[in-house]
Amino acid sequence: MTDSSASNSRQKRDFGLKRRYAAERRFRLFGQAAIGVGLFFLAALLFTVFSKGYTAFGQTSLNLDITFDAQLIDKNNARATDPDVLLTPNYAVLARDALAMKLGLGKLSSKDRKLVDGIISNGTKVQLRDMVMANPAIIGTTQNIWILAEADIDSANKGQIDLSVDEKRRKVSDRQLEWMAQLKADGTLAQRFNFGLFRNGASSRPEMAGLGAAMIGSLYMMLIVLVLALPIGVAASIYLEEFAPKNRFTDIIEVNINNLAAVPSIVFGLLGLALFINFAGLPRSASLVGGLVLTLMTLPTIIIATRAALKAVPPSIRSAALGIGASRMQMVFHHVLPLAAPGVLTGTIIGLAQALGETAPLLLIGMVAFITDAPVTPLDPATALPVQIFMWANEAERAFVERTSGAIIVLLMFLAVMNITAILLRKHFERRW
Amino acid sequence: MSILNIFFLVAAIGVSGYFLGRARAKNVSGGDLSKLHSLPGYAGAYVFLWATIPSVLFLAAWLMAAPFMLENTVRTGFPQTEQDTSENNQNLSMGMVRSLAGGLREFSVDERLGLPKIFEEIGPKLNERGIVLGSNGQDFMIDAAYTLIALQDKSRFWLTVIAITTSFIGAVWALSRIAIRLRARNQVETIILAGLIAASSIAVLSTIGIFLSMVAESGRFFASVPPMEFLFGTVWDPRFAAADNPGATGQFGLIPLLAGTIYIALVAMIVAVPIGLFAAIYMAEYASSRTRAIVKPLLEVLAGIPTIVYGFFALVTVGPLLRDISAQIAGIATGDGASFIQAQSVLTAGLVMGVMLIPFVSSLSDDVITQVPASMREGSLGLGATRSETMVRVLLPAALPGIVGALLLTGSRAIGETMIVVLAAGVAARLTLNPFEPMTTVTVKIVNQLTGDLEFTSPQTLVAFALGMTLFFITLGLNVYALYIVRKYREQYE
Repeated sequence: MTDSSASNSRQKRDFGLKRRYAAERRFRLFGQAAIGVGLFFLAALLFTVFSKGYTAFGQTSLNLDITFDAQLIDKNNARATDPDVLLTPNYAVLARDALAMKLGLGKLSSKDRKLVDGIISNGTKVQLRDMVMANPAIIGTTQNIWILAEADIDSANKGQIDLSVDEKRRKVSDRQLEWMAQLKADGTLAQRFNFGLFRNGASSRPEMAGLGAAMIGSLYMMLIVLVLALPIGVAASIYLEEFAPKNRFTDIIEVNINNLAAVPSIVFGLLGLALFINFAGLPRSASLVGGLVLTLMTLPTIIIATRAALKAVPPSIRSAALGIGASRMQMVFHHVLPLAAPGVLTGTIIGLAQALGETAPLLLIGMVAFITDAPVTPLDPATALPVQIFMWANEAERAFVERTSGAIIVLLMFLAVMNITAILLRKHFERRW
Repeated sequence: MSILNIFFLVAAIGVSGYFLGRARAKNVSGGDLSKLHSLPGYAGAYVFLWATIPSVLFLAAWLMAAPFMLENTVRTGFPQTEQDTSENNQNLSMGMVRSLAGGLREFSVDERLGLPKIFEEIGPKLNERGIVLGSNGQDFMIDAAYTLIALQDKSRFWLTVIAITTSFIGAVWALSRIAIRLRARNQVETIILAGLIAASSIAVLSTIGIFLSMVAESGRFFASVPPMEFLFGTVWDPRFAAADNPGATGQFGLIPLLAGTIYIALVAMIVAVPIGLFAAIYMAEYASSRTRAIVKPLLEVLAGIPTIVYGFFALVTVGPLLRDISAQIAGIATGDGASFIQAQSVLTAGLVMGVMLIPFVSSLSDDVITQVPASMREGSLGLGATRSETMVRVLLPAALPGIVGALLLTGSRAIGETMIVVLAAGVAARLTLNPFEPMTTVTVKIVNQLTGDLEFTSPQTLVAFALGMTLFFITLGLNVYALYIVRKYREQYE
């Protein structure tokens, strides 16, 4: 073979290499682009939620000196004999008068009265009534208290209302804006941390609406899921992994568990409706039913995680335990299960996090209820965090978009804490055999 | 005594039985524990189980059977005129008796004597205690309610007595059996094993439960709407029965819903499959282990975000964005600023659902690709193929069955997804090929038909179960087939 023929054949072999390398680079670029797109969506999602929602944690409030006028509250001085007279007076007037005084307005024209009322939250009258009911001694005195501003005023104060729009077509008038600036300057109107978001129940007024009742409902359901799904899931995995003979029955169970993990969640809602509510007669909207449905949904997750954890315990541990005379049951409960516990725990937390974010099945068992007071027992009507988000997402008012995003932030925080705990547990206890 | 109290009492007997049994075993051994067949703790557990299990089983059986038996007795006491009416009517009357009895329980025994025996008069009295009854009651129901209360009290009394006696006898019997040769451990372990088996059959039971409840309720639906009309009907118009229009039946055509479901799932897959697959390939083949350690968990965060959050994202961000963009495009192209993409549309729902599915596709495919034996990959690289050629010509063909399985699993998830489509796809059931218009899905309609005030007799609500059954069978089919493929594929390389 001569030199020239060698270089010839080499040239032949080189032929196409450029094209192939270009294809290689393209392929790689596609991969990077795919990951980039995925991460972009994640960032967009989180940015949307946080940018729309962080303002929900502040709430515009008014600091007023409210005079509990005895003449207005209890004209006939009958409260000693009949406490119910305190229920009827129009407490909103007290707040209106206090605010008008602060603004330096004299006798209000009916137009002004409407505008002043528009600054104060509708919930104020309940707040003042409850104060009087709890302590009638304040009648006749003047108290310095914080009351909530109306939702539109809140939005305006947070800069969410487009002020370039013609006055007639926006919800806050120029007059009110002037007043707001005046109140802000003297420190009457301020943003405070929104404790109500964590304390209140559902309300048709955005500034009064909170997640309190929903969080209690979710808490009950998580407890029920934990109490039921963890022991049942662990027991089932122990049987399948350590005791079950290889036969038809175990095969069926195994296929079943894998299938259950992939059944759409809404089907579990239908099951809950037919089985727990129609057949067993449990009350609709109760967190007990929600907890049972979520338990059935979470079981496969816990079982799959527990089995993986049990599988990871080396057979030598089992042989050693059996070798010194332990029964199979003792081997499992004294040796294998404690060693698998971190894995079980991690799986359980991840299962709980899934259950916490689940919405669809809860809609079907009637948890889309307007719950103003937190449930006391698991049999009371309740709602859950994600369902509350769903209901707020369907509200038309501007201020509810902010609330919805705020609620999502709360939900995501819970999930993040749970998942990070799971990851840390796994890191801390992970054992390589 | 309340059920909870009985339960606690039985548990208390059990726990004290445990300590007594343990002490007795120690006593029997005469101080030398090695003489015992089982450790004292097992003797304690033996007594505990004997004290609790029979009693709790009895409690459960009684609680399930008693309401039926009591109500049957009350029913036979209904006057003849009532007995002659239809079964349904009698059920309604029984419901009224039940709520009457519940209301009467708010009064003490002495107060009950002073209550009127006429239905119109007893209503306001109950109202004072915050109990609201329906209006159409009859006087005989009050007597029936008193009978029911008396029977319930009697039943509860005997339940208490028998449950506690059973528990006590069980404990005493087990205690008397404790001896040096008692094989307590074996017996306790047998019961634990039975418990383990029971726990693992719950998975099977819930599948059976899903199946039976779907079939039973859909059966009631198909009694009023022929299955053929449901399966092949092209019009969905359930027409909720209103007061002025009680006999409205409506049309329950599955086709438009199924079309919407599949269309949206298809759009979602078109978004998710290329992105997820390429992400998986990059991660399996190109990424350094550091990139992998950062990017993989970040992508999996997408899978951990609740679907309601995606729904909200679609509703307030993606939908309006697509609408505005289309208005801009229309403005440039035709000078007319009307948007041709609606905020709620197949595209919006599919796009957002696709984003949700990216991590499913990528992590499932990643698993499958890394399972292909290293020898195949190395052989291909050794012959001079580039990495992309190895991937496309060797690894992907080898992994194809597994990837198909993964895609089927993802598809089944897309079909069963609810919250995104509820918020972003719209509610109008129609047949269209235009992805810019709203369509609706099976899951949306299940939610729509079952939220709000319900009565479980009308086809309008029962149809949800027929839809659920359709959904269940479609996803079940996809899952079983996908799992079969994946399993087979795994065996091939093991």
